[in-house]
Amino acid sequence: MSTEAHAAEGATGYIIHHLTPLHFGEGFWTLHLDTLFFSAVLGGLFVWFFKMAADKATAGVPGLVQNFAEMLIEFVDNQVKDSFHGHSKLIAPLALTIFCWVFLWNFMDLFPVDIFPLIGSIMGIEYLRVVPSTDLNATFAMSISVFFLIIFYSIKIKGPWGFAKELMFQPFGPWLLPFNLLLKLVEEIAKPISLALRLFGNLYAGELIFILIALLPWYIQPVLSFPWAIFHILIITLQAFIFMVLTIVYLSMAHEDH
Amino acid sequence: MSINATLIGQMITFALLVWFTMKYIWPPLFDSLEERKKKIADGLAAAEKGQEQIILAEKKAIGVIKEAKEQSSEIVTLAQKRANEIVEESKDTAKKEGERLLLAAKAQIEQEMQQAKEGLRQQVADLALNAAEQILNAEIDKAKHQDIITKVSKQLS
Repeated sequence: MSTEAHAAEGATGYIIHHLTPLHFGEGFWTLHLDTLFFSAVLGGLFVWFFKMAADKATAGVPGLVQNFAEMLIEFVDNQVKDSFHGHSKLIAPLALTIFCWVFLWNFMDLFPVDIFPLIGSIMGIEYLRVVPSTDLNATFAMSISVFFLIIFYSIKIKGPWGFAKELMFQPFGPWLLPFNLLLKLVEEIAKPISLALRLFGNLYAGELIFILIALLPWYIQPVLSFPWAIFHILIITLQAFIFMVLTIVYLSMAHEDH
Repeated sequence: MSINATLIGQMITFALLVWFTMKYIWPPLFDSLEERKKKIADGLAAAEKGQEQIILAEKKAIGVIKEAKEQSSEIVTLAQKRANEIVEESKDTAKKEGERLLLAAKAQIEQEMQQAKEGLRQQVADLALNAAEQILNAEIDKAKHQDIITKVSKQLS
């Protein structure tokens, strides 16, 4: 949908243009430069902000930055404590990273749809899609990483045999082994797929609606884009939250020994 | 919208971010939170302790005041008692002094009376002797009847 797309004119062309990433390379070895660039920049922003807070962290009266960082830390920590009953040095920071990073990705959605492509076109960049969560690669990269962690912790906590037993003998006992195995595999594989597709679907649809609104005459646009943007503030936070909570839940399931 | 190598790049970025958060961001912030929690808890505990101490001190103060009151009333009672004693003592002393003075006066009166009696007797004796002398002067020798006069004078006393 890339080369012939930008040839298309009118509304369809506009939409396709906005949803086409800046890419480099061919076939599987294609890189979506915009996704990589913006997610890295946003990740850097997240890390920079929290590092600043962490460097100045004191047990005394916190500053504004520290206060905000601590609010998020406390929020994430409460979520982790609610569903995860064990000790892990990884899960809470992982959840914080997921929440903040996904939130920042999604936040890019609230910028007017034409601003970044306009700046890009001035700088000679033909395609620019600024919301990393509208790229399946970004959402899948995160959910597959989480999936690897699920597998890793399942094997680490239950042992290879314990994990295999769980796959084979649950939920219906050893007599229905193939059925159990099939069910369990589907269940496990559904986790990363649902995580990635949920985030991608929500944000892709949201972005699409912003683009559609942008196609309308200018005097109608604010009436529609304003409420949609407000509603979207809820959606982007909610999606980041859901991704984080489900990650915690999946990982705590991986830690549970039956 | 195909899956491609971007996925790998994103995974690497994600791993780096998680590692950095785990290593440099979460621990100091979380520790400062925990430390502050502890500080606040300690502060609250100290405040509670202070309150308890105040209550204890108040109780103690009340006890001390009560004791002081008891002591002072005891002192007052003792003083009153002592004052009564002193009054009684002085009364006694005065009484005794009075009695003594009375006795002395009586003795003096007695003595003076005795002296007056003695004087009177001497005078009476002298008068009687004078009269008798005059009566007897004519006929009786003074030396001859000295013995009788002394006898009479002795009877007078």
